[in-house]
Amino acid sequence: MTMTENRQNSVIGTRQLRREDPALLTGEAKFTNDLNLPGALHLSILRSPHAHAKIVSIDTAAAKASPGVVAVYTGAELQSQWAGPMPCAWPVTPDMKNPPHFPLAASKVCYVGDGVVAVLATSESASRDALDLIDVEYKVLKAVVDVEEALSDANIIHEDLGTNKSYTWNLKIEATEGCVEDAFQKAAFKVSERYVQQRLLPMAMEPRAVAAVPQPFGGDITLYSSTQIPHILKVMAALTLGIPEHQVRVVAPSVGGGFGSKLDVYAEELLCMALARKHSLPVRWVEERSENSMATIHGRGQVQYVELAADKSGKLTAVRVRIKADMGAYLQLVTPGVPILGAFLYAGVYDIPLAYDFSCDGIFTTLTPTDAYRGAGRPEATYAIESAMDALARAMKIDPLELRKRNFIQKEQFPYTAFSGLTYDSGDHLQAAEKAAGLADYAGIRAQQAKQNVPGAKKRLGIGMSSYFEMCGLAPSRVLASLNYGAGGWEAATVRVLPTCKVQVVTGTSPHGQGHETSWAMIASEKLGIPQEDIDVLHSDTAISPLGLDTYGSRSLPVGGVAIAGACDKVIDKARLIAAHQLECSADDLEFAGGVFSVKGSPDRAVPMAAIAFAAFTAHNLPDGLEPNLEAQYTYDPPNFSWPFGTHMCVLEVDTETGQIEILKYVAVDDCGVQINPLIVEGQVHGGVIQGLAQALFEEAVYDTDGNLKTTTLAEYLVPAASDVPSITTAHTVTPSPTNQLGVKGIGEAGTIGAASTVINAVVDALSGIGVTSMPMPASPQTVWRAIQSAAQAK
Amino acid sequence: MRHDEPRHDIRAQGESESYIMVHIKVSITVNGTQQEKDVEPRTLLVHFLRDQLQLTGTNIGCDTSSCGACTIHLDGEAVKSCTVLAAQADGGTVTTIEGLSKDGVMHPMQQAFMENHGLQCGYCTPGMVMASIGLLNENPNPTEEEVRLGLEGNLCRCTGYHNIVKSVLAAAKK
Repeated sequence: MTMTENRQNSVIGTRQLRREDPALLTGEAKFTNDLNLPGALHLSILRSPHAHAKIVSIDTAAAKASPGVVAVYTGAELQSQWAGPMPCAWPVTPDMKNPPHFPLAASKVCYVGDGVVAVLATSESASRDALDLIDVEYKVLKAVVDVEEALSDANIIHEDLGTNKSYTWNLKIEATEGCVEDAFQKAAFKVSERYVQQRLLPMAMEPRAVAAVPQPFGGDITLYSSTQIPHILKVMAALTLGIPEHQVRVVAPSVGGGFGSKLDVYAEELLCMALARKHSLPVRWVEERSENSMATIHGRGQVQYVELAADKSGKLTAVRVRIKADMGAYLQLVTPGVPILGAFLYAGVYDIPLAYDFSCDGIFTTLTPTDAYRGAGRPEATYAIESAMDALARAMKIDPLELRKRNFIQKEQFPYTAFSGLTYDSGDHLQAAEKAAGLADYAGIRAQQAKQNVPGAKKRLGIGMSSYFEMCGLAPSRVLASLNYGAGGWEAATVRVLPTCKVQVVTGTSPHGQGHETSWAMIASEKLGIPQEDIDVLHSDTAISPLGLDTYGSRSLPVGGVAIAGACDKVIDKARLIAAHQLECSADDLEFAGGVFSVKGSPDRAVPMAAIAFAAFTAHNLPDGLEPNLEAQYTYDPPNFSWPFGTHMCVLEVDTETGQIEILKYVAVDDCGVQINPLIVEGQVHGGVIQGLAQALFEEAVYDTDGNLKTTTLAEYLVPAASDVPSITTAHTVTPSPTNQLGVKGIGEAGTIGAASTVINAVVDALSGIGVTSMPMPASPQTVWRAIQSAAQAK
Repeated sequence: MRHDEPRHDIRAQGESESYIMVHIKVSITVNGTQQEKDVEPRTLLVHFLRDQLQLTGTNIGCDTSSCGACTIHLDGEAVKSCTVLAAQADGGTVTTIEGLSKDGVMHPMQQAFMENHGLQCGYCTPGMVMASIGLLNENPNPTEEEVRLGLEGNLCRCTGYHNIVKSVLAAAKK
């Protein structure tokens, strides 16, 4: 039973305003670069202007003599600072190739933006000014820009590896050997599609910022960083720098968005720490936006080959997928694992037999490393299956909604054991799809299309859809072990009832915009019967919250939130013993509601939590053997992933003369199980949808053939503005997860996972009548216009 | 939670650097207080506010005047403080996000953002709020489309703008 059943006056499911907001709205909140650190030195980094080059010589004399400059270091000069290379925590195969990667390049640069020289100065402007005075001689090598060409090994980037291929990862599930091929041989219908997931720049509005502060005595060091992962960063920084872990404290102050791009261990964090220790002074660094474009990880970057086989009714009989995944120049924290997170989702929300053949090559290029970006592998997978389903519907000449209905896993089949062996916890895809169809007026749009999309029509109407699963709540530790991931997937929480019955909730999650303080206080309030305003939520500082695995992969609520509920249960269990002692009854005779323990059947024999909290503090009269204080720590390792799902629909018009797209309506029906705070859920969907829509229509990290990034600023990289995007119609179905006590699933990535294919399917739908059968992303007016022209010429 | 500010009393090496930089004196009224300071001629208003007055509520999000995170009011108009030199603001009146609330009560626009969940990470928010107030000053009763066009110089990566637009429309009705 979930905790919200049979409850009235529950705070769960109410639209609580965010407690985070006043500080953020008044300028009181401190982001990393807002911290006042007297005497701090400023780090600036000279970066490679070449995608691929040998470093011949570096002359730093003029920079060293520049006003305000304290020190200048080349990669070779800092090499002794590192106990090991920068970490990759996800060696997806035993033979995965991983080139050593250090905070500054010592002998060779492998992408534009690769760090080459570090300058420390007494001010930010002095350190930046000095960069211009450094003379580096390079021997330029051929750039490797195209991920498929890279596989030819004509130009090998990391010579010691002997190849540009990092790994091949396979997931082949067959009921009988050869059944996938058989299914394709016998298929009544099949489609074979190629999709390109263009590289994206995450573009969190706060660029990264770092400050490392050595303590005056004892060798301890505090790292302030605009990071999603203070806990993981602490371990990794200690290992990379060879500092005992207990001497490292990591604090993530207010963090201005992440979207996966701050789920990493970055060179600048390690450089600031190493140089702060070397100089016994605080060292800080802040990223410029154009630096962010090159030196912060990129997202996506995959070429996908997807084949579907279906019987004559359109029922899927096999799925075959080949991925060429662009790792970039090096493997960052989870770079190789990103496409693997998608590997389980290429059958989407459909009931398929044991006939699934997935293979992914991870490939090095001379471009910025890729890594997790909102959705991380799952938007790519969803895009592929949902676009291929539309292609199959076109091949069969049936309605794409009808095709999906014939293939949905049915409500009665949950919990559903998938081809992969994973269990999908709960779902009702048909309900979500029908709700979306109702809100989008699917039937009405189809009727309107028949009238509007006549030959020669200037504006053609399209409707597209995507039904998705968001495999999230990362993750059961044992499953991660089977995927060779280098850590567990648990989350920790401490709930501490103070003497005056105020509560501290300590979480290992690390929010950066998601409103955890508000939602976690709601959970603790609900469990403990203590008002929200008496509850504080502490996070993002490894000295305050020593245990945690941070925030990414829509894990915070289904893992971290459930951990808080579990810690509350332990507090209540202990409080019950004290209450029984005070009321001189058996603990089993007590019931707990609204923050009060009372004897069953005798409600006047009662004791409130406040009295118990004070008794636990004074410890004057506790049951024999019971420890004083009312505090519990709980670590939750989820038994399963959670499986949010939903259906999105988009109605749009394409101007066939200009290629301009106008979105008329966007409907998102999402099911994330029980909603703790619907206000926050909707906000997550809005933002996620626009990020996915931006991939579909606007955004692309564009490189030239020499490996130069052409979109380094927000003037060139088209993050949409308010005037570029529509309002979103959100709606929900609620199918609680049976695997955790809150019934929650997670919502952080759903919008992004559903949106890109929804929009592109709508564009293709509008134009399929004039011969357009595919649309590259981003579907800019020029791209759309060209697709229309080439379809016309092919006729 | 409130992150404690680190307290360190370590003096910078090289503070006695003897290089000479030309400075000019500016006098700017910021949030009602007249500030007289020496600045380098190249100092941008945003750096003046953040570094010299420690008004760190105004954020920097780009280097091309594209994002609007640094929007403040200069002589009553919303401007991007990265496009103005401190020297150009000499004699002027500036309001930053820190200067909006009165006696501990937030400005109606700040309240509208809170009530409509118009912010998530909060980094673009100070600039977004200042731009939104500027927008309503020019057009007190905008349509949704006018709000969207009016805010096109301010980028947000979290909210998808849906609730920002809602916040501004709600503030207009206050």
